[in-house]
Amino acid sequence: MNPTKQIVSGLARRQRAEKRFRLYGLIAVVLGMAFLLLLFGSIVTNGYKAFTQTYIELPIYFDPAVIDPSGERNHQTLFSADYWKLVKTAVYQKFPQVNGRKERRELTRMISEGSAYELRDQVLENPRLIGTTQHVWLAADDDIDMLMKGYIDRNLPEDERRLNDRIIGYVDSMREADAIERRFNTTFFAAGDSREPEQAGILGALMGSFLTLIVTLLLSFPIGVAAAVYLEEFAPRNHFIDLIEININNLAAVPSIIFGLLGLAIFINWFGMPRSTPVVGGLVLGLMTLPTIIIASRVSIQSVPPSIKEAALGVGASRMQAMFHHVLPIATPGMLTGTIIGMARALGETAPLLMIGMVAFIVDPPGGFTEPATALPVQIFLWSDSPERGFTERTSAAILVLLAFLIAMNAAAVYLREKVTKRF
Amino acid sequence: MSPLVLIFLLLALSSAAYFFSQRRMLRQTRNANVARLNSLPEHFGTLGAIWAGAPALLVYFVWLIFEGDILMAQVLAMLPDPESMAATRELLIGDIRNAINNPMSYQMASEEVRMAADRYHELSQTATLALTATCLSVFAICSALVLKFLTPRVRARVRVEKIIRGFLLLCSTLAIFTTVGIVLSVLFEASRFFQAVSVTEFLFGLEWSPQMAIREDQVGSSGAFGAVPLFAGTLLISFIAMLVAAPIGLMSAIYLSEYAPAKVRTAVKPMLEILAGVPTVVYGFFAAITVGPALRGFGQSVGLDVASESALAAGFVMGVMIIPFVSSISDDVITAVPQAMRDGSLGMGATNSETMRRVILPAALPGIIGGLLLAISRAIGETMIVVMAAGLSANLTANPLEAVTTVTVQIVTLLVGDQEFDSPKTLAAFALGLALFFITLVLNFIALYVVRKYREQYE
Repeated sequence: MNPTKQIVSGLARRQRAEKRFRLYGLIAVVLGMAFLLLLFGSIVTNGYKAFTQTYIELPIYFDPAVIDPSGERNHQTLFSADYWKLVKTAVYQKFPQVNGRKERRELTRMISEGSAYELRDQVLENPRLIGTTQHVWLAADDDIDMLMKGYIDRNLPEDERRLNDRIIGYVDSMREADAIERRFNTTFFAAGDSREPEQAGILGALMGSFLTLIVTLLLSFPIGVAAAVYLEEFAPRNHFIDLIEININNLAAVPSIIFGLLGLAIFINWFGMPRSTPVVGGLVLGLMTLPTIIIASRVSIQSVPPSIKEAALGVGASRMQAMFHHVLPIATPGMLTGTIIGMARALGETAPLLMIGMVAFIVDPPGGFTEPATALPVQIFLWSDSPERGFTERTSAAILVLLAFLIAMNAAAVYLREKVTKRF
Repeated sequence: MSPLVLIFLLLALSSAAYFFSQRRMLRQTRNANVARLNSLPEHFGTLGAIWAGAPALLVYFVWLIFEGDILMAQVLAMLPDPESMAATRELLIGDIRNAINNPMSYQMASEEVRMAADRYHELSQTATLALTATCLSVFAICSALVLKFLTPRVRARVRVEKIIRGFLLLCSTLAIFTTVGIVLSVLFEASRFFQAVSVTEFLFGLEWSPQMAIREDQVGSSGAFGAVPLFAGTLLISFIAMLVAAPIGLMSAIYLSEYAPAKVRTAVKPMLEILAGVPTVVYGFFAAITVGPALRGFGQSVGLDVASESALAAGFVMGVMIIPFVSSISDDVITAVPQAMRDGSLGMGATNSETMRRVILPAALPGIIGGLLLAISRAIGETMIVVMAAGLSANLTANPLEAVTTVTVQIVTLLVGDQEFDSPKTLAAFALGLALFFITLVLNFIALYVVRKYREQYE
């Protein structure tokens, strides 16, 4: 066989191989995108309904005999009165046909136990309510909420369902009377953690994350920029500086959980700082973010043309003046970009916070840097452990909030990089 | 005066010193006996502020760091019989601290602890007064020195710049301090662990059940601390992750850099990188809620018994997380191969894929391997995915359908909740942390070295 023929006969095979190779590449890209879609799709479908919550309308009679028998409107009396009794009475009146202990207990269980506190707050705010009858919308229990959102299959046999036929009957009758409806879930954004899904919110976690990030930023941004300035402009070339650079590069790749161990051993056990607090969390995350900020800031300083510095030096500025008056202002947007990206990573970080005890069950939003707190990703972790369907939904919703923050931060970083950064 | 007010006062005084020094220098030059200032007025201002304020601030911070411990020691020395009050000194200090900070604990505390807390309060009030007095007098002395020594002839700019330079150097050495802090803290606690458990048992033992006996005669009273099942589980999950991430990441990098039109490339690349920005806790939730049950259901439908916390689910999701990491490093490495090599191969009549497989990939291989090593180190150190989606019980198996546990999972389970720093159970977490730190450090070193060598080759 002559060589030309040999080549021609092999050509078809080679082109098939080429097409196959190209196809593999395409498949890889499509798979990657598919995973992304699957991830976001599963979280959105799991979570979007948590932004609404089922409420039940009840005509509540603010019975003076229950709330304030003495009639003195004493704050302490109003505060500690048995408001749950009002809810119970109202539910029994709404379903007068229901008798028997068990059935009546099922009735009251349809209303969230937190409703009593809501009534209490209303009365404390406006004591004139006492003695009147008001139509109040109260949060429904999470099982009722799940039923209204269609997560409980009515076709299942009764003993495999979380709700029996009687309760579903009550809900349906209320639905016909427009006494039950889904509304925007303000509790989710305005409350701290709770054992009851319908009372649980992310405000405490958001506050905790916010305080933690402030500490992180205060620690890592100034120190990171200072370190970058030194290493780029003033550092002599010697072994000590090499050591610093090796350390920075390695710290950037150390697993985050190790930083948690550092925080536990040094900040908590050695310095005796309080556990579970934003200040310790912020310090740990700050040390973790520092290499990212140093590396980004160095790149940003490098990208400023040397002619700018030389011009400043040429008219008699010192190196320090050339750096701080001329190079640094131009490099600032780039440094901020790196800082925002570092902060976004710190916001999503969970493992080191587990190590320093920011996993406690904390109801009240933290008021300061040294109060026990939890952070948004940790809250997600805590809720994901809860068996209730209502918490699964809220976990996904909290993830959506977290992702919204991350997207906003990254968009800000991209904006800074594309629009504000000066190019030469 | 509370310490917080004091620091603001000191800062305000320092800024007053700034303006005062600046004015004073300008006035002195106007008084004709000095021709001109050595430096700009703001340099004199800064130098004046530093000379006057820095020593007082230093005193302030050093004082606050040591105040708590010294006061506590005094309180303890005052107590008649500290040994009888609590099991250990640390517990007693903890009780007293709680009583000091928390009115509720104060109510519940014993008589002696309450007394100690009261005494602490008194002492700390005195201490704060003393602190205020010391800081203010240090500031006054330093200001007097500024008045004496700060003259227009002082080379203020040079001095200020030296101080700033020292500060910058200090900031850059923080990286070293952090590393040293990590190594020391982990080593110290781990060495305490190795006093109770031998190194060989830890490294080669096949059984891991880190509970300690509450009573001496309890069944299974001695915990087993053999870490081999944890290392095996970590490796299994990382291996599955790389099985997912390496081909998909590499092939998508090749496709995007060599085949895809520019428009597709600019649209798809950032979207793949979103995968890298998603917090790991989100992946963990995805693995536990969606992937795990789906795999289990699929296994049941084909008659396989898949554990609900299988290594496969955790490894798969971890692989998805690492895809953008692999793909962006591969992309860098592939584009760094000189165009001349590409042109040469294509000029000889090779197809794109032949060029890629026979010329570019071999040339880029060191860089790609370095990137994969970094990816493996990330997989080994990844925590949240495995905490949420992998098992808790140590299980020495190579079957990806069973539940295994990893080093990071065990660190988290050992340290979350109540900790006692004298039990091997808690200290074991630090021994595992030491192993984890060491392994990832070695991997990173090799990877960074390989990548740097590779870059130098083509520069």
